[in-house]
Formats: sequence, structure tokens, C-alpha cells
Amino acid sequence: MLGKGIVLGLAETARNFFGSFFYRARLTTVQFPEERLPQIEAARNFPFLVFDGADWQQGMRCVACQICEKECPPKCILIEKSKDKKPDATGKPQFYPAVFNIDVSVCMSCQICVEVCPFDAIKMDVDFELSTYDRFGGLLWDKQRLSKSNEHYHQIHPTEAAAVDAALAAEREKLAAKARAANAPPANAAPSTSAPATAEGQA
Amino acid sequence: MSGEFFLAAGLTVAGALAAMILRNLIHCVLALVAGFAGLAVIYLQLGAQFVGLAQIFVYAGAVAILAAFVILLTQGVEHRTRPAAVLDWVVGALLACGVFAMLAWAIAKSVQFLPQATQRPDAGVRAIGNAMLHQFVLPLEVVGLLLTAALIGAVLTAMRDEEAGA
Amino acid sequence: MSIFMLHLHAWIHALASSALGHALWMVVPVLVVFPALFAVTTLLERKGLGRIQNRYGPNRAGPWGLLQPMADAIKALTKEDVVPEAADRLVHFCAPVLMVLSAFLVYAVVPVSRTWVVAPLRAGVLFFFAAGSLMEIAVFMAGWSSRSQYSLLGAMRALAQMISYEIPLVLSAMVAVMAAGSLSMVEIVRRQAGYSGIWPHWFVLTPWGLAGFVLFLIAATAESNRSPFDLPEGESEIIAGYYIEYSGFKFALFFLAEYLGMFAISALGITLFLGGWSAPFAFLTWIPSWIWFFAKLLALIAGFIWIRGTLPRLRMDQLMRFAWEFLLPLTLCHLFVAGVWKFFPTGAARWLGCAGVLLAVYWLLGRRLEQSGGLARRTYHFAE
Repeated sequence: MLGKGIVLGLAETARNFFGSFFYRARLTTVQFPEERLPQIEAARNFPFLVFDGADWQQGMRCVACQICEKECPPKCILIEKSKDKKPDATGKPQFYPAVFNIDVSVCMSCQICVEVCPFDAIKMDVDFELSTYDRFGGLLWDKQRLSKSNEHYHQIHPTEAAAVDAALAAEREKLAAKARAANAPPANAAPSTSAPATAEGQA
Repeated sequence: MSGEFFLAAGLTVAGALAAMILRNLIHCVLALVAGFAGLAVIYLQLGAQFVGLAQIFVYAGAVAILAAFVILLTQGVEHRTRPAAVLDWVVGALLACGVFAMLAWAIAKSVQFLPQATQRPDAGVRAIGNAMLHQFVLPLEVVGLLLTAALIGAVLTAMRDEEAGA
Repeated sequence: MSIFMLHLHAWIHALASSALGHALWMVVPVLVVFPALFAVTTLLERKGLGRIQNRYGPNRAGPWGLLQPMADAIKALTKEDVVPEAADRLVHFCAPVLMVLSAFLVYAVVPVSRTWVVAPLRAGVLFFFAAGSLMEIAVFMAGWSSRSQYSLLGAMRALAQMISYEIPLVLSAMVAVMAAGSLSMVEIVRRQAGYSGIWPHWFVLTPWGLAGFVLFLIAATAESNRSPFDLPEGESEIIAGYYIEYSGFKFALFFLAEYLGMFAISALGITLFLGGWSAPFAFLTWIPSWIWFFAKLLALIAGFIWIRGTLPRLRMDQLMRFAWEFLLPLTLCHLFVAGVWKFFPTGAARWLGCAGVLLAVYWLLGRRLEQSGGLARRTYHFAE
């Protein structure tokens, strides 16, 4: 008979309505600012620049190769290469970014910058609460603001960070062996700063 | 002849004029609605609640919407065809004069027009219903039959078009 | 100071006793109470729909989200008023004004309590429908003047729907008019305000009255563009229908008018079938009559929200088929049954006979509607 489905539907919604007041389990909503879901390891939102050790300027892995700047689909990265060089994560003297800016409002969280980076210098952060009242300055993040420690990386993506550290350690080992082979008496065999040492220790 | 009458009459005449003059056909329909509303106000002032409200309900509500529908479904609203030719003007004016003369003759001849008929007739729903179903039941049925025939004719015409088009 | 107060006092007394004061005394509450009810209803609706979907609903603005209507109002008022470049500016501006005007106008004849009715017209029901039909013009103006495909589609849908459902609406309302023998809403309520023992003489307590009430509610849902008949503003199809090109305050006006229309048509349903302001039992008449009116109104609103939370939107052809092939014949039969009712002697036989005829017609028409394929699942050749 016409209308049977309507009555059944009304009964169902009535059951939902009253049930939601009596059975807490029915309400699946997580009330966000107060309650939070556990962080998922594979989450990503906005890139950050990894540095090793305690000093973000000394330990910055980025060598200003500008690949990510070219590859970025919405072109939200701006890099200016430095004039001088400093040792990178593996100990080789390299350029470093004098300016490294990313525009939060333009970034589309695609992770392509991370994919193309040969130096494991840029990674995705999980922090998504980036809104601000200052829509110009507050959304253009500079080098300092983008820099986050390797420990932070380990905290948010443990598996991935361990793999990266292992690869970097292997690279360093290979370079050291090559250097040992090139000049047998390793007089100045300590070009590496304290930063790679800590990274090695973690790996 | 109070101020309210002139307001309502002005609204009616202005609406009717605008409905003829305006270029945009949809604007014409909307002006026509204003004219209907003015007419309804006049009915209401005369104490004919039923007629006045039916005027709004049927004409301003349904008929105007129907006209708008027809305009939207048939042709472009913007561009009107060429301005009317002189012959059309003449024929139109003659027709209008003829209709006006006939109405004026009918009104002048009717008894109601004479000053002694000042007593307001009962135009309530009950009175109208009694008049329609007792005194004027035959005309009512004839009009109903005519409208039904017209409706069926319209449906048949539309169906034939559809078949030809398909 | 006291002299000034005395003057003020005298002035207020003079105003209250004058015709203008009387009119103000009647009109101002309507202009205050029903928009306030609108604010409350938006909150209750969102809360209720949330609970139906096992959610909390708005609970951030103020305690339990009670200040949400305030937040919505401030947002609507401070938003930019955008008028499309190609829009017909005058008509675009007039549409929401006419909409709200007609929405408020219908309250003139609604008897809210024993004494509170703004204009006790003799042809009250007719006035209600006449003022309500101005809303169709407003919808058309809004849809056409925006120069947007979506709004024009929405307006066309809205008009087709409103005109189609106006017929069953008026016909089902006619039953109560016939029973009361008057088009005056005050008179219709008065006819239902008596009691046999403790039971009231509401029309809804007769078989034709109950059927009329249900038919009226169905047509009223369609007439006020509420789900499942919300095709004119189907969010997932044509975004917001005829008022898509409105923003800020004008949008809020449309929203207000829509809810006022819903309240008004509920008030008409209450007046025609649920005994208006009269109490449901003879021993409850000591409670003020307006409390009963608003209690019934809130109950009907809750029903509308419940329906909205339950039923999915109809397809256009289903909507039209339902109006013309099901509702219209049913209301015609129903009108006949209600007319015949008067000529039979009081008793259980009359009651059962009328109910039986109505149920039989309902069953037959329903079966036809189900078998004619109008409600069947349709396969889409191009969409899959």
C-alpha cells in the first residue's frame, strides 16, 4: 500500500532522534578543539625544512638546488641561493638557501616538493591549524619558520624518518670510505660537524 | 470619490499603460499584475471582498504567472518584432473604441448607474453562491462546459504538435 | 518629570484606545512574534535534523548553541550585498520585498487567540490564498531577474509546483469551509471550539477531517517548498534555485519569508482542522488560548522537520504525477464524501462508511500510482 515506506522511514528517523539522547555510542561526532582523533602517521598538510642537530641554520639539509621551486605546481616556493657554502647533511660543502619562503595560502599539500628533493631536506608536516588573522605576513612562512628539527620529523612520521636517516648514514659512510681511500693518512678527517653525528646516533 | 479610489485607479491605469508600453515582455506581465492589484483594491473598496480577493488569487496569481510562462516558453523576451505598422494601429484603435462604446452604452443603460441605487448590494460569498447556483445556474454550467471544451481543445492541439514533432 | 510621565501615560492611553493604537496593538506582536519564532525554528530545525542523523547539531554559539540564530543574523547582515551584473536591478530588488510582504500579509486573518486577530475578514480563507499567491509572483521575479540558469530553472520548478499543489491545497481547505459554512477564519474556529463531554469538535476528529488534514499537510509541504518537495531549491541539483543570486540581507529575507510561509500555512491548517486556539479537552480551557495555538504550531513545525529529516527529494515527473494523478482525484472524492456526510444521521455507520470510502479511494489511487511506473526506479541511459 502506498505510504508504507514513508511510515517505516519516519519510524527509523524517530528511533535515531530519541536514541541519540539515550545512547552515547550513537553520537559519533568528535568535538574537535576539545577532543581529537589520534594522529595518523601518513597524514600530511604543509611542508617543512628538516635540520639536524640543535642549530637550524647550521644543520639545514637544504642545499638550495631549487628543484622543488621549479616543480611546485602552484608555485608557492621562493628560493634564493646563498653566496657562500656550508657543509650539508652528508658533510659536503654546499650552498644553502639565503631565502626560502612558502606561501601557506597557495600550497595545495601535494607533496611533490618532497618527492623531488634529492637531499631529504623538505618533508610534510601534519599540523593543519595554520589559520591566522594576518593574511599577508602570517601566511608567508620564511626559512626560520619552516625549519623543524629531525626529532620533530621522527615524532610525526617515525617509520619514514628512520628510513631517511638510514639512507643518509649509508651515504655518509660511503663518502667517508672514499675519503679514506683517497688519502690514506686521514689527517683532517673530521669535516663533519656535530649534526651528522647526532643523525648517525639516531639512525 | 475618495483619495484611496484615485490611488487605486491610478495604479490600475498606470499598470495597464505600462503593460502596453514597456519593451520587455516580462516587465509588461509584472505591470499587468500591478494593474490587477489596483483593480482588486477598487473591488475591495466597493465592499466586494470575494470578487476582490478572487481577482488577486486568480488574475494576479495564476493568470499572470501563466502569461509569464507562455512568454518564457515561446520566444525571446528581449527582442520584440518590428514596431507595429500604421494599419495595426488604426485597427487597434477602432477595436478599442468599439469595445469602449459598447461598455459605455451598457453601463449608461443599466439601472445601477442611476443615483438612486446607492444602497450597497450584498456581495458576500453566500449571496454570490446563491445567485450562481439558483438564478444563474444555467449560464454557469454553459460557461463551465465552454471552458472544459477549450481546455480539451488546447490539450489536443498540443498533443498533435508533439506527435508531429516526434 | 512626573508631569512628563503623566503626559506619556495619558498619551499611551489615548493611543491604545484609538483605532490606530488598536491596529498597532494587533499588528506589532505579529511582526515580532513570528520572526522570533523563525529564529527559534532555524535552531530547532538544525538541532532536530542533527539528532535524526545522530549528530549534535550547532552547539558552539552560546550555551547549547542557543545563540546560533544571533550569529546567523549578524553574518547575514554584515555580508556583502551582491547583485549580478546582468540582473534586472529593480525587479531583483523588489522580489524579496514582495516575498516578505506577502508572507506577512497572510497573518492578517489568522486568529492566534480568542481575541487576537488583526483583520477578521468575512472572506478570510480566500484572503489567505490570495495573499499567498503573491508569493508566486515574487518567486518568478526573483528567478527571472537574476539572469542565471539555475535561478530561472528554480523559478520554473517552483511555479509549476506551486500552481499544481495549490489546487489540492484549496480543495482540501474547502472541506472545512463547507463544514463551517463560512470563509471567515474566526467563524471556522468558533465552530470547532465547542465540546461534547470533554472531547472537542475539531474537524480532524472526523474521517473526512482527518483525511482533509493529511491532504492539506501534503499540499502545504509542497506549497512551502519544504522537503521532500524542495525541488525549486534542490541544493544538490540547482544549488538554491530562485534565490541563488541573492546574498546577505536579501537572502535572509527569502529565508525569513520561506519560514513565515511555513508557519502561516501551518496556522491555516490549525485553524481549519485542529480547532485553532481551542483547547484539546474541555477541562483545559483555563489555559490561555494563544498558548494552545502556539503549542499546535510548534507541533506542526516539529512534524515538518521530522518529514524533512526522513524523506528524500522527489523527481520532477514524480512530483507532477503525484499532484495530478493522485492528490487531485483524492481531494475531489474527499470533497464529495465531506459533502455527503451532512446528509447521513449521526452514528458509527456514518463514521465507518465515510472512512471506508476514503480508504478505498486511497488504496485504489495508490495502487494505480505505484503500478503506472511513476514511482518506479528509472534507469538513466546517459548518466551511468
